[in-house]
Amino acid sequence: MTSVRKVGERGAKTQRRHIGPGVVLWRAARTRRGKIGLSLAGLIVAVAAIGPFVAPYSPTAFVGLPYAPPSTAALLGTDTLGRDVLSRVLEGGWVLLIMAVAATTIGVALGAMAGITAAYLRGAVDTVIMRLADVILAFPQLVFALLLVSLVGPRLWLIVLAIALSHVPQVARVSYGTAAGVCERPFIKAQELNGVRPHRIMIDEIFPNLITPIVVEFGLRLTFSIVVMAGLSFLGFGQPPPAPNWGYMISENRVGLAQNPWGVVVPAILIAVLTIGVNTFGDAVARVAMGAVGRRSEIALVGSGVGVVDGSEETTTVLVDAGGVP
Amino acid sequence: MKHLSNGGAPATAGRGVGSSLEVSDLLVTTSDGHAVVVDEVSFTVGSGQVLGLVGESGSGKTTIALALLGHVRRGLRIGGGSVRLGGRNVLGMGPSDLRRLRGLEISYVPQDPASALNPVHRVGAQVAEALSVHPGCVDDLRDRVSQVLSDVDIVPEKEMLRRYPHQLSGGQQQRIALAIAFACRPSMIVLDEPTTGLDVTIQRHVLETVRRLCHSYGAGAVYVSHDLAVVSDVATNVAVVYGGRIVELGETDRTFAAPIHPYTRGLLDSIPSPRRSEVLHGISGQPPRIGHRPTGCAFEPRCESRVDACALRTPDPVEVDGRIVRCFRANEMLTLNLRHRPQPAAAPHAGQPKLSVRDLCGFYGDHRALSNVNLEVRQQQCIAVVGESGAGKTTLAQCVAGLNRNWTGEVSLDGKHLKPDAKARDLDLLRRIQYIFQNPYLALNPRQTIGQIVSKPVQHFFHLPRADVEREVLKAMEDVSLGSSYLERYPDELSGGERQRVAIARALVARPELLICDEITSSLDVSVQAAIVEMLRRLQVEHDLSMIFITHNLALVRSIAQECIVLSEGRMVEAGRVTDVLERPSHPYTVRLIADMPTMPEGSKEYPAPVDPE
Repeated sequence: MTSVRKVGERGAKTQRRHIGPGVVLWRAARTRRGKIGLSLAGLIVAVAAIGPFVAPYSPTAFVGLPYAPPSTAALLGTDTLGRDVLSRVLEGGWVLLIMAVAATTIGVALGAMAGITAAYLRGAVDTVIMRLADVILAFPQLVFALLLVSLVGPRLWLIVLAIALSHVPQVARVSYGTAAGVCERPFIKAQELNGVRPHRIMIDEIFPNLITPIVVEFGLRLTFSIVVMAGLSFLGFGQPPPAPNWGYMISENRVGLAQNPWGVVVPAILIAVLTIGVNTFGDAVARVAMGAVGRRSEIALVGSGVGVVDGSEETTTVLVDAGGVP
Repeated sequence: MKHLSNGGAPATAGRGVGSSLEVSDLLVTTSDGHAVVVDEVSFTVGSGQVLGLVGESGSGKTTIALALLGHVRRGLRIGGGSVRLGGRNVLGMGPSDLRRLRGLEISYVPQDPASALNPVHRVGAQVAEALSVHPGCVDDLRDRVSQVLSDVDIVPEKEMLRRYPHQLSGGQQQRIALAIAFACRPSMIVLDEPTTGLDVTIQRHVLETVRRLCHSYGAGAVYVSHDLAVVSDVATNVAVVYGGRIVELGETDRTFAAPIHPYTRGLLDSIPSPRRSEVLHGISGQPPRIGHRPTGCAFEPRCESRVDACALRTPDPVEVDGRIVRCFRANEMLTLNLRHRPQPAAAPHAGQPKLSVRDLCGFYGDHRALSNVNLEVRQQQCIAVVGESGAGKTTLAQCVAGLNRNWTGEVSLDGKHLKPDAKARDLDLLRRIQYIFQNPYLALNPRQTIGQIVSKPVQHFFHLPRADVEREVLKAMEDVSLGSSYLERYPDELSGGERQRVAIARALVARPELLICDEITSSLDVSVQAAIVEMLRRLQVEHDLSMIFITHNLALVRSIAQECIVLSEGRMVEAGRVTDVLERPSHPYTVRLIADMPTMPEGSKEYPAPVDPE
């Protein structure tokens, strides 16, 4: 936001800043909520990324008796088979993270494509895509993933795909709603009148207008991916057993909760903090994105041109940035 | 409440008759107090007087109007000054006093009646509510409701009272809003663009109602409008607002006949005349943005009569010829004539027929929006399509362009038949017809730079190397009087007028032969409209363009078009040369349209007799 300039500054043509997705992310990262979210998520990502290099033992090495309490040799004690909990925690995050990010990316990309295509092409395509989405939506996410995994077996790529697919309908719904509004705008008609191909209109004209809501959606979906991914591991549909995994660790160590609780508590806390962090940051992004809109309409009133029949979002942006009104 | 004792005042007299509104040094700032939105505003409105508050968008006229009721929009606050109504300062009142005041002694009629009326309540109840919130203001509520509804020409039958707002026409909705405002017989009414968006005939009826009510109730009124013709019709006095200050304040007739302030002159120069075809003069530049007002006169950067002093300090208001003007050169300006507005260069001889439309019937869903329209546009000719809302103007444009494919008939460009759907037309035909949309705020993709937007058609149609694309884009930007500095900007950094220029540039780069302009100036201020119209007229010759110019503004037709067709309810009721249609209309519909059009007094376009300031 341009600061309010002195009234005396004559003819200064200030560059009014365009509010793009990058700006929204940057502003979100500078809010209190955004800082907290980023730090929490960043901490866990750091643990997962750096962990494998600093782990004291191999994650599959036996270092003591099962469920030994913390000692100087094993800071967090040992697990159900006598392996070092700390080493397994440090090793067991990155696969989960990569899979969650991959699943989310695929899911959001497919969902956005489906939503935009349905909204723009309308007619039969719209019906087929959106009704199919409704059908998938009818299954709870975890059940849908379990269904696919139980058919083929616990392969990592399949888990990623299953979770990605379970995101598609929700993302499609969100982008469909936003895209439907954009498709009716005259700038789309102008391209159509020039005979521009539909796929080019969808990619070049419609998609850029959806980036901000999609970024917000990505944050939310990533949270869900992490939870569902951990849940699947807990149920035993993750990486096969000897490999460390936060979700599966909770499952395998829960019998020994009384003897050494750290084998359950630490991975649970890590998953919780990661989820909360991502969610908080996503929330900050959403607030900035909506706040920008809300603030615009508020300020629009300052000079809402009555000669100007239109009260569109864009009109108001000019005024906000123009006035620099807080 | 002292005034309540007047509750049983005669039906024809307003409450507290004779109480006038005195505004002095009104100051409105942003809530942090850093930026001034409106300041040094002073005026008086006596009972029975109507003050017109005119100015372009963003001038602060609505802010002033709302402050009269002690209200400001969010993000603003009243920083000082006084608004006295019948001797009491409105700005010093607490919330409960203000509530009693509003509606009872001063009331507000908003711009858009559709959003001002509650859609879930019956209109009868809404009028009654205005009365019942001020208990004791009338003896018999039901009587008063029917009385005030009759006053605004609405038959107060049970069936009408039981309707919901959406079951009324726009004109009726505005009458209900007027009835609500006048219900408690306030001594002052604030009307904020009450006729914007209404068709001319309805507008005339609403204006007549306002005039009659103010007269019969003895109420004063402040009438906010950007339309000088409307103001000249309804107001006794006029205040011209620019940059949050009143730059000229005086009697309406005198002010419009012999404007003193360069801004008032500029506005008058921009207004198309329905009587003559004239070259229009826009005001170059843009009004100051909030918080960016220059040190000197706010109008100085755009003023053609500026002197050095203008940039250094703000001129104090001076009284000249019975008017209050904020201009250092007020005395000289009075004796200066209005700009001579020459006839535009004779329209080029119309060449070969370019577009011909035969028996076009257009459908909007199942509704037949157009019936048997025939027209022909020749080379370098501009044909205006006029009519009220719902007449089928836009449908006609969309059928020709192929945006609406539900039509029958024959449309051909240079003898080549056009398929109904743009998607079925070949690329070259698409290129030759370019469409410019009504709303410049929605016509440009907000996520692309101006450079990307304008270069797109070049790449799409001509597949030129990058350097050539850039050249074409720059040429088009120059054609629409925008420099290369705009190429890197995004649409939301541009004003409405600039955006519409970009939209025109985007059409020009395709090297079109026919330009379809769909109400392209209706959302722009008059000074911007004038500049766009003059630009189009130049481009028409330079680029050998034929044009279909759709508008509801009859006066504008004179300035841009040579031929004209009049649509009413989807039928073509009149067609011919613009001069013939406007001067000798033959169809009753056209006659009515022209009669209902608000016009400036004829004198304002003549050279005013110089008045000696002594």
